[in-house]
Amino acid sequence: MSTLLHPHDSVDLHSPNKLHHFTLDRRSFVKLFSGGLLVCLTNAPAFAQESGRGGFRGHALPKEVSAWIQIDAEGKVTVFTGKVEVGQNIRTSLAQLTAEELMVPFESITMVMGDTDLVPWDAGTFGSQSTPQMGPRLRTMAATARRTLVDMAAKQWSTDASTLTTADGRVTNPASKQSLTYGQLTHGEKLIATVSADTPLVPAKDWKIAGTAVPKAQGRDFVTGRHQYPSDITLPGMLFGKVLRPAGYNATLDSLDTTAAEKMPGVKLIRDGDFIGVVAPDMYTAEQAVGAIHAKWTVPPQPSNKGIFDYLKNNPESGGRVRRGSETESVAPASIPADAIHLTQSYTVQYIAHAPLEPRAAVAQWQNGKLTVWTGTQRPFGVKDELVAAFHLDPSQVRVLQPDMGAGYGGKHTGDAAVEAARLARSAGAPVKLVWSREEEFTWAYFRPGGLMELRAAVSPEGKLLAWEHHNYNSGPSGLETYYDIVAPVTQYHAAKSPLRQGSYRGLASTANHYARESFMDELAHAVKMNPLAFRQKNLTDARVLAVLNAAAEKFGWSAAQSTPTRGFGIACGTEKGGYVGTCAEVAIDSSTKSVRVVRIVQAWESGAVVNPDGLRNQNMGAVMQGIGGALFESIRFGNGRIENPHFADYRLPRFRDMPQIEIVLVDRKDLPSAGAGEIGLVGVAPAIGNAIFAATGARLRNLPMAPSDPVPGIGPSPLTC
Amino acid sequence: MSVRTLNINGAAMHVDASDDETLLSVLRYRLALTGTRFGCGEGECGACTVLLDGKSVRSCQTAVSEVGAAKITTVEGLEHDGRLSPVQQAFLDEGAFQCGYCTSGMIMRATALLATTPNPTEKDIVSRMNGNLCRCGTYPRIVAAVQRASMLAKGGTL
Repeated sequence: MSTLLHPHDSVDLHSPNKLHHFTLDRRSFVKLFSGGLLVCLTNAPAFAQESGRGGFRGHALPKEVSAWIQIDAEGKVTVFTGKVEVGQNIRTSLAQLTAEELMVPFESITMVMGDTDLVPWDAGTFGSQSTPQMGPRLRTMAATARRTLVDMAAKQWSTDASTLTTADGRVTNPASKQSLTYGQLTHGEKLIATVSADTPLVPAKDWKIAGTAVPKAQGRDFVTGRHQYPSDITLPGMLFGKVLRPAGYNATLDSLDTTAAEKMPGVKLIRDGDFIGVVAPDMYTAEQAVGAIHAKWTVPPQPSNKGIFDYLKNNPESGGRVRRGSETESVAPASIPADAIHLTQSYTVQYIAHAPLEPRAAVAQWQNGKLTVWTGTQRPFGVKDELVAAFHLDPSQVRVLQPDMGAGYGGKHTGDAAVEAARLARSAGAPVKLVWSREEEFTWAYFRPGGLMELRAAVSPEGKLLAWEHHNYNSGPSGLETYYDIVAPVTQYHAAKSPLRQGSYRGLASTANHYARESFMDELAHAVKMNPLAFRQKNLTDARVLAVLNAAAEKFGWSAAQSTPTRGFGIACGTEKGGYVGTCAEVAIDSSTKSVRVVRIVQAWESGAVVNPDGLRNQNMGAVMQGIGGALFESIRFGNGRIENPHFADYRLPRFRDMPQIEIVLVDRKDLPSAGAGEIGLVGVAPAIGNAIFAATGARLRNLPMAPSDPVPGIGPSPLTC
Repeated sequence: MSVRTLNINGAAMHVDASDDETLLSVLRYRLALTGTRFGCGEGECGACTVLLDGKSVRSCQTAVSEVGAAKITTVEGLEHDGRLSPVQQAFLDEGAFQCGYCTSGMIMRATALLATTPNPTEKDIVSRMNGNLCRCGTYPRIVAAVQRASMLAKGGTL
C-alpha cells in the first residue's frame, strides 16, 4: 500500500489510499450513459486532485461576509466554517476570536461547523492550521461585518461613522445617546460587504474575549450525555449495517457462503466487487449476520515488524523525496578539524494506532436523489469528494455533516465508514447506520507510519556543532529541519512503500524526528562531557526555542537535578507548526522489576498569542499523556497482512496510573500571531523521557516504544518495561 | 427475542431483545439512549459504564438477561429538575474533557466510586478509575473533578 505526499501541507499530510473500489451496477450504467452525457470514469479521487499545487485546490473562498457570518433580527450570530471540533476546543476558540472582532457577547455566537451544504469549502482540520488560518479569516470577516454595521447606523443617523462606538452587539452614538442592536440594524438580512485584506484587527494585547479562559462551548451537553456524536445519530426507519472484513490485507476471496446469514429475519446481503456487507433491522442482528457468513480467504505473505526498517530503507517510493542541503556534501568535509568528535546513530519508531475512543461511524441516507451522510471525519469536504467519486454523483447531490466527534488525532482523514454506509444504504433503500468495531478500527483504519532515522554529526571538543546529517525513512519530513546552529546541515526524507496503510497523526513525523534529534543531541552532549542543557544552549540562537527551553528548565529546577540509578532527569526542546516547546522529564527506575515510571513532566509552551489559556493547558496536558504512550509502550504488531494486537487488551494506551505530575508553563506572546496548538505538545515528550532514562541507567534507548510490556519483534528486548 | 421490562432511570421500559444481547446494544440501538457510548465492546475502555443498583458495570459486557429487575442508571438519569449531579457539575467546572467521548463513562464510574468512598484520595481515584480510558489524556483534570465532586456532594465548595 502506498501513501501520497502533499507538498503544500507542510509536507505533513499523509493520505491513505481507498479501502473499496465499487463496480457500477447495471442501473447506474444506464443512468450514466443513457442520457447522451459522456461521463469519464477516471480514477481521480479527492486526494489526487488535492496533491496539485495551490492552497485552495481550485476552490475559491467566498469573500462575502454573509458566507461566513450571519446575524439574525434578535442579534444572534451564526458563524460558518469547514473546520471541525474533535476535542481540540476549536469551536470555542474560533467563536472567541469572532466575538472579539464583532464585539458581541461570546454566548450570542453559534458555530456551524463541517456541514458541506452550509459552510464554505475547507481542506480539513489538520496540520494545526485552524488557529493560524481560520482564526484570521473569521476575525477579518467579523471586523468587516462590524464596520458595515457601523456604516449602516451612521447612514441611518446621518452622522459620521468614526464618531460611533460598538460594544455588546450594539452600535451607539455617544453624542446623541442613540443606540441600535446589530439585529435592529440588519433585520436578519444578509450583510452585504466584501472583505479587503487590510481590514484592521484588534491587537491581541487589547483582547477581552479572545485570550481568556472561556469554558468549552456546549460543555453541559457533554456531561449530560445529550451531545450526539456521529455514532449516536439516529434516523427514523434506520437499518444497521456491518461489513465483512477480509482475513488480512491484500486477501483474495476463495469461497463465500452467506446462506445462514441471509436466512436471518430482515437481513439483506449486499455485495459489490470486493465489498460484502449486510443490513438488518437492528444492530444485534447485523452483528449476528456478518458473523454467520463463512468466507475463505488467501492472504499473501507480507512483511512484519521483524525486519521492517530494512524493508522501508530498501523499498523507496519514487518521487517522495525531500532533501535540504547539498546533494554531495555530508558530514566530514575537509574543513572539519581533526580533533572533532564524530557520532553516527540510528533511531526507530514503530507503527502506532490513533485509537480514537469513538471508532469510525456513519449514518447514510439517500433521499430524492441526494445522499446525506453524518460521519466522524476531519475532512468533511474530502469525504464528500470520496462519495462523489465512489457513486459517480454530482457534488450538489452529496451533503456531509460532521457532528463534534469522539476525536481523531489525525486518524480520521478518510471517509471509509461514510462510503460503506452509503453503499449499504443505497441497496437497502433505507438509511443505514454503520459503526466500526474496535478491531475494525485497529485493523482497517490507518496507522502513524513507522520509520527509521539515521543521524551523523561532528562536534568540536568545546561542544560546538560542526556538521549535521539527518535522514528519515518513511515516517515523514515534518520536524526534520534542525533549529540548532549548523552551517549547511543535510536533512533528507526518504518515502518508502509502506506495507501498512499509513497516514496523518497528531505530530506525525515531527515526534519521530524530534525524538531522534533530541536523543542524538543528548548523546553528543555526553560525548563532549557537557550538561545537556548547556550543550543545547551553546548551539542555539533561535530565541523562541531558547525561551521555552530555559523556561522549562527553570520551572523544573534543572540546575539542581542530580540523576541517580533510580531517578533520572532529561530535557528536550523543539518547534513544530509555529509552536515551541521545552520539556523536562523525571523518571523513576525500579531496578528490581526493571520498570520505568514517568514521575513528573514540566513543559513550557509558546504558540504566539494565546487564544484560550484553559483550552491550551488542556491540550498540552493531553499531548503529554498521549506522548507517554508512544514513548514507552504503544506499538502495532503485524505480520502477513494481519494486525496481531487489534484490541485495547493487547494495545496498551496511557491510563490513569501512567499519569505523572504535569506542570505547564504557558508563554503568551501577544506580539506574535497565534499558532495551532494541537500537535507541538507531543514532540518533546519521548526524547525528554529517553534522556532521563539514560541519565539514570546509562542505557540509551534508541527505539520507540522504549519500555513495551511485550517485546516488539525485530528491535531486541528493552532493558525496561512499563 | 423476547419482550422484557427494564427499569431505566426510574421508568419502566419495554424492549424486545435476545437474552444474549448486551445492555449497551439495547440502550443505544433499541432505546436511543445514546449518552452511554460504545468504545470497544470488549470491556477495556469503560465508555459504556452504567450503574446497576448503584454499582458501576460495563454495559457492553452485561447481557440484557442478567439485568433482571435491577435499577439501571445511565448518564441521562443523573440530572434532576435541570440540576446536574455533583459529579456532572464538577466535570463541567474543571473542564475535565476534550472530545468528551469518555465523559459519560467517567462520570458513571466516579458516581459509583463516591457512593462507596465519599472522601477518595488521589491514589483511590487513580486505582478505581484506571479501567476507564481517556484517549485525549485529560486524566489530571478528571482526578481534580472527582475531588471537587466529593466536596460538592457534601454541600461544600472549593
